[in-house]
Parts: sequence; C-alpha cells; structure tokens
Amino acid sequence: MTNCLLRDLAALLAAAALWASPESLQKPVEKPREELLLNNAEIGRYGGQLVVSLRSEPKTLNPVTMTDNPSKEVIWRMMADLVHINRFTQQTEPALAKSWKVSPDGLRYTLKLRRGLRFSDGHPLDADDVLFSFQLYLDEKVHAPQRDLLIVGGKPIAVRKLDSETLVFELAQPYGVGDRLFDGFAILPRHLLQKAYSEGTLAQAWSLTTPPEQIAGLGPFRLKQYVPGQRLVLERNPYYWKADRKGNRLPYLDALVFLIVPSEDAQVIRFQAGDTDVISRLNAENYAVLERQQQARGYTMSDIGPGLEYNFLFFNLNDLAARSLPQIARKQAWFRQLNFRQAVSAAIDREGIVRLVYQGRAEALWGQVSPGNKLWANQALPRPPRSLDRARELLRAAGFSWKADGTLVDAGGDVVEFSIASSASNAERTKMAAIIQDDLKQLGMSVHVVPLEFRALLARVLDSRDYEACVLGLASGDGDPNGDMNVWLSSGPQHLWNPGQAQPATSWEAEIDRLMQGQLTARKYSERKRLYDRVQQIVAENQPMIFLISPHVLVGAKNGLGNFRPAVLDHYTLWNVEELFWRGK
Amino acid sequence: MRRRKKLALIISLLAGLHAVVLGAGFFAPYDAAAQKRELPFAPPMRLHFLDERGNFHLRPFVYPVVPRRGSYTGYQEDRSRAFPMRFFVTGAPYSVAGLFRARLHLFGADPPAEVFLFGTDGFGRDLFSRMLYGGQISLLAGLLAAGLSLALGLVLGAVAGFYGGWADETLMRGAELFLALPWLYLLFAIRAFLPLQIGPAQAFLLLIVVIGLIGWARPARLVRGVVLSARERDYVRAAKGFGATDIYLLRRHVLPQTFGVLLTQAAILVPQYILAEVTLSFLGLGVGEPVPSWGNMLASLQQYYVLASYWWMFLPGFALVPFFLGYSALANALHERVKAVLI
Repeated sequence: MTNCLLRDLAALLAAAALWASPESLQKPVEKPREELLLNNAEIGRYGGQLVVSLRSEPKTLNPVTMTDNPSKEVIWRMMADLVHINRFTQQTEPALAKSWKVSPDGLRYTLKLRRGLRFSDGHPLDADDVLFSFQLYLDEKVHAPQRDLLIVGGKPIAVRKLDSETLVFELAQPYGVGDRLFDGFAILPRHLLQKAYSEGTLAQAWSLTTPPEQIAGLGPFRLKQYVPGQRLVLERNPYYWKADRKGNRLPYLDALVFLIVPSEDAQVIRFQAGDTDVISRLNAENYAVLERQQQARGYTMSDIGPGLEYNFLFFNLNDLAARSLPQIARKQAWFRQLNFRQAVSAAIDREGIVRLVYQGRAEALWGQVSPGNKLWANQALPRPPRSLDRARELLRAAGFSWKADGTLVDAGGDVVEFSIASSASNAERTKMAAIIQDDLKQLGMSVHVVPLEFRALLARVLDSRDYEACVLGLASGDGDPNGDMNVWLSSGPQHLWNPGQAQPATSWEAEIDRLMQGQLTARKYSERKRLYDRVQQIVAENQPMIFLISPHVLVGAKNGLGNFRPAVLDHYTLWNVEELFWRGK
Repeated sequence: MRRRKKLALIISLLAGLHAVVLGAGFFAPYDAAAQKRELPFAPPMRLHFLDERGNFHLRPFVYPVVPRRGSYTGYQEDRSRAFPMRFFVTGAPYSVAGLFRARLHLFGADPPAEVFLFGTDGFGRDLFSRMLYGGQISLLAGLLAAGLSLALGLVLGAVAGFYGGWADETLMRGAELFLALPWLYLLFAIRAFLPLQIGPAQAFLLLIVVIGLIGWARPARLVRGVVLSARERDYVRAAKGFGATDIYLLRRHVLPQTFGVLLTQAAILVPQYILAEVTLSFLGLGVGEPVPSWGNMLASLQQYYVLASYWWMFLPGFALVPFFLGYSALANALHERVKAVLI
C-alpha cells in the first residue's frame, strides 16, 4: 500500500481504496495501446444533447486564468486532471494518472500516466504536456489562481519527468491533503499553448473567440461553437479516455449546450418550459415552485441535503487605528467583547431562518463545517438553542443595560446601533439579515440592513474595512480544510473579520494559526481531524463568525436522464457528464 | 351648484382615504414589523359567517391557519376551533402622527388566533397592516414632494413671469433642461453618490427632496404663464401706477390668480409622486426594511416564486387605485372650477 492518507480514509469510510481497484477495471480495451478507464455506472445509449443554463458568459476558456463559476463550469467539461476527486464519494480516483505511489516520508509522489491518451484534437499526450502544464501553474508571471496550492512549506512543488509516462512530484514537506493535491490542475496541450506562453500572452490565450480547433483538452467534450450572448456548444470528444463496463467509449451524449440565462428566475422559467434539461443552484422558493409541477412537466426535483456553503454574520474586528473611521472604531468596543458576540449568537433564531428563508431546506449551523461535510464536521460542538434570556444575561454581565423603553445602551450610555451589510443580489442573505435585525431588536439593539452591490460589499470588507457587520457565505471547495486556509489563518486574505494580519491579533487566532499549519503537514486523517476539530471548537467559542445556516443543494433534471447523480460538491449536476445519457422512450 | 357638490364629495372621499392611512395604527390589527415566523406566506384568511353545522353567525369568525404537515408553504384552516372577530380590541402600541399613543385597534381576534385579511409576507408579517402603514410613507412622500415642487415652481415661475428678461430666459431654459432629463436615471445617479448606510428616516427625506426638486419645472411654466398675463391686466398696471411695490403686486394681485392652476397641478402631481416613490422603492432606492412602503412591498414581486405562488402579494398594488382615481377626479373637478371662475 502506498498512500497512507488514502488508506486511512478508506478504513474510516469503508470506501473502496481506488489504488487497489480490480485489474479488470483498468485493462485496455478497443485499441491495445490505449489504457481506457472503465467505470461502473449504468450502461447507457449514445446520442442526444444536454442543455443547461449558465448564469453569465464565461470570462475565459483558459484553465490557467479562470476564476468565475461559469468559466469553471464550462472548462471542466473540456479538461481533465491527473488524479480526480470523485464529486459523489468525495474520494480521489485515478484519472489521467492510472496509478501513483507516495514515498514513506510523504515528500515524493510518483505518477504513472495512462498510456495512449490523446487530446481532443487527436494529438497524443505525454509527460512533457504535464511538465508544461505545471510550469504554467507555477510561473509567477502567469498569475494562476491555483498557484498557492502548489506551494508547500514555502517552496513550489518540483516536477520531474522520469520517462514519457512517469512523473515525479517533490514536496518540501509532507502535505496533508495527499493525492487530492492533483485535483483541479487541468493538463494542457503544449503544442497549442507553448507559443502563447513563450510570447507572454498566455493570459489572453483561449478566450471565447478563439477558433474551436485551437482549443483542446482531455475532458469528455470539446468546443464546437460559441454564439456571443446566447450559447456555447460543446461536442463529444472522440478521444476521451473513459469507457463503460462494456468498453463503449464515453461520453454518451453527442453535445452539451450551455445557454446564457442571466438570472435565476429566468433559469427556473426556462427549465420549467423544458428549454433546459438540468438545473442547479436554485433557491428553496423556486425549488418549491418547480416541485409543484414536476409530474405534469416531466422532470424530477431532488434535495440532496446540506452542501458545503456556510453562511454567517461577522463584525468588523479590524485594527482601525490607521484608518479614519472613528464611528466604527467606537462601535468596535462592543464588537470586541466576547459577551456581545455570544449574546448576538444566542439571540439569532436559526430555525426561523431555515423556515422563512429556506422553507426547511437548510441546516442550522454552529460551526464552520456544514453537516453535509461528514468527514470534517466536529460533532461535539455545542448547539445551544435560541435564548433571549441568556443573551440578556451575557449583555448585562458585560455592562450593558436597558433604558425604560427597552433600548440597549452600553456602559457609557451610548445606544447600541449598527448596520449589517449584505449582498443586494443575494435575496436569501438579505432576508437573513432582516430576520437578524428583528431578533436583535428584541434585545433592544437598533440594527439597519444595508444591501450593497456584491463587489462594493467585498471592497468594504476586504479593502476599505468600512463596515460594521456583514452577512456573507463561503463554500469550502472540496470540503477539505486546506481549501479554507486563507479564511482561518490570521494572515489570510479571506480572514474576513480582520484580513491579512501581520501578527495574530488575539491569542486564539494565534492558536488557530498553529493548528491550521499543523493540519497542513500532518499526514494521518485522524491527526488532521483532531486538529481541525479543535479549530472548530475555538471558532465556536470565540464567535468571530456567528454561523447561521448551511443551505441544501437543490437540483432538478428532466426525466429519462440516466446516471444523473447530483453531488454536494461543486458542479453539482455535471460532474459526471460523461456518464449521462438519455433513456429511450 | 352640482359641480360644487361633486367637488365636496371627491374631497371628502379622499380625506377619508387619507384618514384611514394616517390612522393606520388603529385600522391595522398588528404592528407593521411584527413577524409571525410560523406563518410565512400564509394566504388571506376567510371570514366565516356559517359554522360547520351551517348555523349563521352575525359576528364573523375565523379559523386559525396552521401549516400543513410536512410543508412550509401549504396552510390549512384548523376547523376544530373558531375565533370570533372582536372589535375595538387592545393590541400592539402605536402612535398617530407622532401625536398620541394608543393600543386600541379597530378589529382583531382573541389570542392565539390572528386575522390576516390580506395574508402574510415572507416573514409572516400581516400584509393588511403593512399596506396601511406603507401608505403613510407613500402618501406622505407624494404630498410633501408635491408641496416642495409646487413651492419651488411658484417662486421660480412668478419671478420668471413677473420680471421677464434674463431671469425669465435663464429660469425657463433651466426648466426645459429639467423637463428633458431622464429623471429615473438621474435618481439612480444621485442615489449612487450619497452614502449607502442611511437610516429609513433619512432615506425617506432624501427621496422626498429628490423627487420634489426634480419636478419644479412644469408648475413653474404654468405659473409663469398666468403671471405673464396677470401683470399686464389694467388693474395691475393701475396699482403699479399708484406706486405699489413688486411684493405688494405679486401678493395682492398676481399670485392669487395662480392658485387655481396650482391646486389643479397639486392634484395631478401628488399621484404622480406617489408613483415615483413606489417606483423608486420597488427598485430598492427608497426606504429599507423593515419599514413598509407600497413600493418596497411590491418589490418582492420581482422574484419569480412570489409571482408564481403568492397572488396576495399583489394586493398593495391595488391600494393605489382608489387614491389615483380620487386624485384624478379631483384634478378634473378643480380644472372645471378654475375654468368657470376665469371665464
């Protein structure tokens, strides 16, 4: 056995260890030289197309520079990585690499590429393409957003080629995520991108207007047509490297069509009218509308339980000494008091939010890890029910008192009044803020809800720090705590309540820093879990974020779509697009 | 004489409507911001006169609504308990125009039952109460903004008409500029420049000032026209010949002539400005939660699910109808009267 982390996970979950997957699954078919990956999904039928809607036009088709969701959604249908996290099992499985070994000290990964693979333009893949791809991701001048994930112990991962199908990745120190490291790094065709890279124009390469024949990947589909403002059409990649049990090469679908439908409501209407086949990222209310007509209209909606998104309220705990924001600095005297934050938390009616905002399709939350993330959630966290009495007690103990008309005043006699910013485009969070406003009114606090345009909101939180409190949500990428390093490290750019600190401002933030660094290099899952459990406990005790709820992932698909298995991880519905097929009528 | 009666009727009707809105605290059974979290989007309740056995009751009664089992949006009447409507009940405290405080409400039901005549919104707040309270904001905005516009229009129009010359030229060209402005975009632009974190009261005042300041051009032009003809009348010239000051002339002879026009303008502008407030609040530029206004109550209709599922959320829109009809009838009646007086 080669992979310690994987073995632990397997033992823990009794999930199949993929390294040990049966020989038969990987035996070559069709052409003897080509090592296709066989999967176990239901055997489907060829033909047909799948139409899905995109919220906005992808900004780019370039995997090295993509940051927005629509881009990712399209690009990952055309690209593949070496080792892939199965979105359904949340475990790693072989992809372009058919096998890998890790050295006993955890510093060296040796990957073997699948033999005989071709890019979607027919050009063969070899180790040089992998070297080239990682060169791009690691090049500081390219500014790939994924670059940080390849820096371990302050040093970039070194990639070497042993032969045309074997690669060695060397790390400066052990890396807790193990083979998950390779997920999310699309392998790119050197023959198409080398020129742009050497000319320094890689960031501009592969835009939406690039001719389709100049774009190639290793994913199930390839670009066929782009109609500005309307749609993107992908066609079947005839060289794709997966096949079903019978050896039929995937994908089954002839085409994948992305329609640009700019609002959720419009997406819902298009799905209801039968213009699109699959829908995801919809809110509970729209889900209820669609659910009511599912029999008549021939589609099925499903609620697949809590996702990885967590929503929370946080106060401005930045050091504002250097900034001229005296009004906010004065209010920070309250925000910095643990009792104040705990009282706010105790007064919030999380069940009310679940009911009013999500119609029951959400889970109340007391820690940053959603119950949907079973691997990492700390089950021991206290889940105190709402208690206004406890909230009042906490406030009284901190020197707050009430005027005759019920208004809360601090020890200096100032009326407790602050604003909660939320994103105007996110109706749920604005509604949550309105509920919190009403909850806190019962403590005598006067709260204003300020819906702001999302980018303006982020600019206030991350740059100007000109806000008092804010309701936001984050989603941890694949559920692993590593994805949230930039949130929990006090120096992290997304350490929302006080981002980018030079030195941890509090002792508990310093402890979180130590624990997060520890889990980064710990190699056993049990050890990492123990450390991350402690992080969750510290966060729950100190309430820098007051966690609210985690919404369920709600999806729908037309009846007759085979192998449709929505997952709680991102690209909820299309992660196994190669397996999807239309059942015969 | 008939004309006069008609005018009186219209005015008393409008006054009645305004009184209901002003006394929202009394006519509304609940506080506009009170959330009943177990009952989001509850449909309007039925008032029953016949009970289960078919007996007629003079006093209407309600059955409490309870969520249908396993559903967050489906409701049914709990027929096991009937609650008669009560009149002149004590309930949530309120104040009328900030003058006096009271707890007396026109109607209600014995706790734990509640009467939601128009259903509830997404927070379980009584839509009927919110509609009445929302009218306070919308009507007040309309009236104050119209007052502001008219005052500005009167002053500027009188100056332009009375003095003529460069003052007239400047003011009237300015008025044309204001008439040509795409006011909705202008409002967006102004709102974008102002601080975002403002309370409901400030947002409200801002709204009035912005709407009122933009609309001065039309009344100013009308006033100017009247002043222009009035200052050439023989008795005005005579008064001037006797050495009357400009202020005296304006006050005594000229401005009284404009009042008919101004009143008619007021009757036209008020509903127009109510609609402006509704539009702005609908687009999120007006007063914020939890303070209701007709515009921000209708704003939830921007969401497809509300449109598709909860028809009663349209009801605040219908509140506008009697007011608009009343004001336009008033404008017509005034216009006729002014014509009759002038002829």
